[in-house]
Amino acid sequence: MFSFLEKHIKTFRHGIHPGDYKETTKDLKIERMPFADEIILPLSQHLGGPSKPIVKPGEKVFRGQLIAEATGFVSSNLHASVTGTVRAIEPRSHASGRMVESIIIDKDPFSPQTLFNERTIEWEHLSPNELLDMIKWGGFVGLGGAAFPTHVKLSVPDGKRARFFMVNAAECEPFLTSDHRIMLERYHAIFAGIRICMKILDAEKAYIGTEINKMEALELLQSAIPADLPCEIVPLETKYPQGAEKMLTEAVLHKEIPSGQLPIDIHVIVNNVGTVAAIGEFFQHGQPVIERVVTVTGPGIRRPANLMVPIGTKLSDVIEYCGGLHEHVRQILYGGPMMGSAQMVLDVPVMKGTSGVLFLTDHEVVPRQEYPCIRCMRCVDACPVYLNPSTLGMLAKGRFYDEMMNYHIMDCMECGSCSYVCPSNIPLVQRFRVTKVLIREKLAREAKKKS
Amino acid sequence: MVFAPQPMVNSYSPTLNFSENENMNTQQPKLLLTTSPFLKPRQDTRFIMWQVNLALLPVALAAIYYFGVSAILIIVACVAGALLPEWLHSRFQSAAISPLKDGTALITGLLLALTLPPSIPLWMAFLGGVSAIGIGKLLFGGIGYNAFNPALVGRAILQAAFPQAMTTWAPHTDLNGFSVLRGDLFALPFAQRSVDAVTEATPLAKMKFDAMITALPDLLRGSTAGSLGETSALIILLAGVYLASRRILSWRIPVSILATVFVLAGVTYWLAPDTQPQPLFHLFSGGLMLGAVFMATDPVTSPITQRGCVIFGIGIGVIVMVIRLFGGLPEGVMYSILIMNAMTPLIDRVAQPRIYGTE
Ligand code: SF4
Ligand code: SF4
Repeated sequence: MFSFLEKHIKTFRHGIHPGDYKETTKDLKIERMPFADEIILPLSQHLGGPSKPIVKPGEKVFRGQLIAEATGFVSSNLHASVTGTVRAIEPRSHASGRMVESIIIDKDPFSPQTLFNERTIEWEHLSPNELLDMIKWGGFVGLGGAAFPTHVKLSVPDGKRARFFMVNAAECEPFLTSDHRIMLERYHAIFAGIRICMKILDAEKAYIGTEINKMEALELLQSAIPADLPCEIVPLETKYPQGAEKMLTEAVLHKEIPSGQLPIDIHVIVNNVGTVAAIGEFFQHGQPVIERVVTVTGPGIRRPANLMVPIGTKLSDVIEYCGGLHEHVRQILYGGPMMGSAQMVLDVPVMKGTSGVLFLTDHEVVPRQEYPCIRCMRCVDACPVYLNPSTLGMLAKGRFYDEMMNYHIMDCMECGSCSYVCPSNIPLVQRFRVTKVLIREKLAREAKKKS
Repeated sequence: MVFAPQPMVNSYSPTLNFSENENMNTQQPKLLLTTSPFLKPRQDTRFIMWQVNLALLPVALAAIYYFGVSAILIIVACVAGALLPEWLHSRFQSAAISPLKDGTALITGLLLALTLPPSIPLWMAFLGGVSAIGIGKLLFGGIGYNAFNPALVGRAILQAAFPQAMTTWAPHTDLNGFSVLRGDLFALPFAQRSVDAVTEATPLAKMKFDAMITALPDLLRGSTAGSLGETSALIILLAGVYLASRRILSWRIPVSILATVFVLAGVTYWLAPDTQPQPLFHLFSGGLMLGAVFMATDPVTSPITQRGCVIFGIGIGVIVMVIRLFGGLPEGVMYSILIMNAMTPLIDRVAQPRIYGTE
């Protein structure tokens, strides 16, 4: 027992304690899910421009083969996650609720599904720029949920310096255990990934920040740090949103990221632990992002599990593999319950950013009556960036968007802590999301007018 | 560098072995589209309000113990008065939820009753309840929009309209005097007072006008004269601790009020130990405890930041002591809370939290 870990638990101010609900799946080994017959690979699974297909319907593709290329810098490559034939490139349901151009692949039922061009990449001889190109080729995006292209994140802008490489393993979303399992089962890959990222960044030190509800993982990582790797395991308080970049840097380094700036401005680059592990494995086997660990959990699914799912597997196939649904399922979420998104149809595919699928039943999904704000302070005490959600909420209801700018609405990170604690059930963050979109559009319009 | 053996292999059987269970439920259920967060604690505003009512119950029971049937009648009159405009409002506004069920009108009625003297005629108590909700709350636009604590608005109106009735204090008894009416409770509206009831000055009035100090144990137990809820400081304190421990009220407000009063009382005692009472006397006398625990903490009318709450509490404490020491009235809790209620928007402005990542 690493009791010293408990003495140095770090955290940030404010935040909430929603309870973690991780018991169901935290001890379940990652299980490989078989390939489904039909794989749907949306061309836009990441932030930034959609990828451009380089295969045609009817063409045979191999598992791990590049099938769509990044367009521009902030975009990402896409690889076939199964060996088979491209049936079509057509709009299909997407987790965002829209129809998105997707490459549909029919699995070749007779293929052994070995990896295309499996190889070990001798990365020690490569320069940081070559490494970055490899990562770009591999189609890496933030696997924690945001799906921001990793090669963009790892490119330090001119004049800035990345001194610290931070691995975000907080996994503060309730229910999700995929990062937990990755740390327990793939820690070698994590350390390998850290080495590669540190070489790219020329960083001095790495940190792995993990909430202490993952004690086994903390102890394992602590005992497994390679002697020559300047890496520190940081135990964090179990508190939401511990895994937000701003909260993580505040907890680990006691530094705040200045408003409107990025972690790099305080010399930090943050990456999700799943991404880091995937990078480590990519350089070992040459496997790009074609599968990911997904926690399938919640009271609505018969057999909760941590699954290694080929990207593009349909939700309905995942449900079937996990024994089907219980009665009274009312909501199916991609991601965790705090920041995930509700799905309306079952033929949406699992994507690179899908960290979990959560099934909620009528028991958890209770309609709530909205009351007037009683100014109870709970939201103010919860907001991790110290906004005043109560006042912002009233302003948003009255559509006083300019006034909201004075209350720093753009600093809101949409974590949902305020909505969670509000006893009057006011949809605070829901309104803030809309507001921010509208304000951004307005600012863009104004910028256009000026130029 | 050498990679350790991986638990993951990269090729595996391509056969699908989905379960053969015929009855498997993979039908598309009726799904609900909302946006995150999807988790929520069960405590809502209604729950909070009922918790406050629950905490007020022992205070009301203590009032009934000391003032018998008069207390019951006054409480009933105030609550009925408070519910009437709420009920009318909900009938005409067709609000989605009946405000009667959220328990706030009950809190206001109860609190108002607890600030009234035990001999007040019932029609005045009823009128106080009506004006507390009608003027103190609905006129402002309902719960959440009122600037002043409704119960105190009701009391201030009564105090202005019926100064004499509001400052006539009947002595307390215990259960033996349960059925004794403490005054002309059933007086007709605006009729001259007929009976000369037995009266007794409150501890603060005794101190102010007669230089008589009531003993501390009496104050704690509440066996003194005063309004219905002014008497049982200890019970109010315990109710406050309960609410604070359930995080229903912000402990900073009562603590900073009481601390300020204690410090100022300590200073005056230190300056003039012969004429001034012990600091604890100030804490446990008058309406301070009731005001600090149940009225100043009304979330709607108090500041929204922790820092603001401390400023708010200190302000109330200072004004209370100024009125008690220099004012013409023996007690000033009501006015000090109302004054600070008026200051709340200003406090909110100056005590906004610093935004993360800014200086
Ligand atoms: S938590 Fe809700 S009710 Fe409380 S102050 Fe914030 S918005 Fe108002
Ligand atoms: S959603 Fe925005 S306003 Fe609400 S708690 Fe999070 S950062 Fe604060």
